[in-house]
Amino acid sequence: MAEPLPQHPDFLWRNPDPKPSYDVVIVGGGGHGLATAYYLAKNHGITNVAVLEKGWLAGGNMARNTTIIRSNYLWDESAAIYEHSLKLWEGWPEELEYDFLFSQRGVMNLAHTLQDVRESKRRVNANVLNGVDAEWLDPQQVKEVCPIVNIGDDIRYPVMGATFQPRGGIAKHDHVAWALARKADEMGVDLIQNCEVTGIDVVDGRVAGVRTNRGPIRAGKVALAGAGASSQLADMAGVRLPIQSHPLQALVSELFEPVHPTVVMSNHVHVYVSQAHKGELVMGAGVDPYVGYGQRGGFHVIEEQMSAAVELFPIFARAHLLRTWGGIVDVTPDASPIVSKTEVSNLYVNCGWGTGGFKGTPGAGFTYAHTIANDAPHRLNEPFALERFETGHLIDEHGAAAVAH
Amino acid sequence: MLLINCPFCGEREETEFTYGGQAHVPYPQDPAKLTDREWAEYVFYRENTRGIYAERWHHALGCRQWFNALRDTTTYEFSATYRAGEARPDLPVTNAVEPLNPEVTQ
Repeated sequence: MAEPLPQHPDFLWRNPDPKPSYDVVIVGGGGHGLATAYYLAKNHGITNVAVLEKGWLAGGNMARNTTIIRSNYLWDESAAIYEHSLKLWEGWPEELEYDFLFSQRGVMNLAHTLQDVRESKRRVNANVLNGVDAEWLDPQQVKEVCPIVNIGDDIRYPVMGATFQPRGGIAKHDHVAWALARKADEMGVDLIQNCEVTGIDVVDGRVAGVRTNRGPIRAGKVALAGAGASSQLADMAGVRLPIQSHPLQALVSELFEPVHPTVVMSNHVHVYVSQAHKGELVMGAGVDPYVGYGQRGGFHVIEEQMSAAVELFPIFARAHLLRTWGGIVDVTPDASPIVSKTEVSNLYVNCGWGTGGFKGTPGAGFTYAHTIANDAPHRLNEPFALERFETGHLIDEHGAAAVAH
Repeated sequence: MLLINCPFCGEREETEFTYGGQAHVPYPQDPAKLTDREWAEYVFYRENTRGIYAERWHHALGCRQWFNALRDTTTYEFSATYRAGEARPDLPVTNAVEPLNPEVTQ
């Protein structure tokens, strides 16, 4: 007799009730929180860990980004942490035993002005010196890599060339979160959903635990990974953060045959486009300018990026918009993340990834777990400390990072 | 698209304006006396309020005047706009504290 079909496929993780106490409580069950829990368990043997998520796992920016992965940042500190992140990405499908459709189809950053060309070539050279794969493409080579790009000179901002990182690409973001959640859960981490942190207890300058809508939880260490909500979380412990939370929108078209073989980003006319495995064109652009927690933005921002997309890709003119949505990105004054200790003992903060959080997921988790476990930063995130806003050692990726923030 | 009530021109569309961040950040009284931490606070640290926020806007494609506004950062609704130099209107400062996903929070 044939085996009966199971009633329901196995769940990827348990849904435990919170215990009264943990060695480490991570606040925020997005990509960064899950990756941090994964590396705490895997690299540091710390498994008495809870990840507290106010909604459902990976329902914030992890489900709202445009899934672009690259490491072609200008400055040494950024190139180091994002390149480490990219190397971890390359190992993750095997390590996490989960094919989350990581596709290294290359990332192209178009140049449309002489200044763009100069900055792009400078960035290519800086990348190569830092061991990041990067090359400069002239317009004809752009056309060879991505035949649907309009390289004609009869448009407002003609394509004058592009930087290209062949190892860049995309991945299916929700599957990445589930892969991490499954592994972290297997190693004993408690993933607790619908658990909103409402307070952080600090006793004599040292963190003692958190209060939640499911009761108080004592904690040896508390690690914030709340992205757009970081200011409110840190404020519960009396810590101020130099970040501003902005709406960032993205959108998809209906499904199409494969037409777009790579990822194309344009800072100048400002749109970035890839085609998901399923067939949707996935696009995004810049943040809405104001502080906003609404997870939505203005439609004129979408209209602008659509006009940019149609100018660059004339075949998109008949495509229909299927869905738009927004996330809340936490942006620092220098557009670089903060992965740092704080003035409160045993309270750590990972925030300020702005528009770069998804690609930085492995690097953030890896360095943040190290910082939490050792109460000292890893060499990769040492430059990304909060103190840099006092010492002046900023890592100014505004405009340098190949895309505006 | 936000509709913004410029105190000089009246209601205009958001695309006519640029954003200027937090309002009412005074220049330090005695800059030479500031510690590094205080300088960092002045230069880099701004409130990131979830709720009613006092902020600056510039009517860049209109009268080109700077002015201030009170806006709820969760609903994006303006409760007041007023000229630069005027005091912040005395409206109740209710910082929204409702959770982001109320439907799933117990």
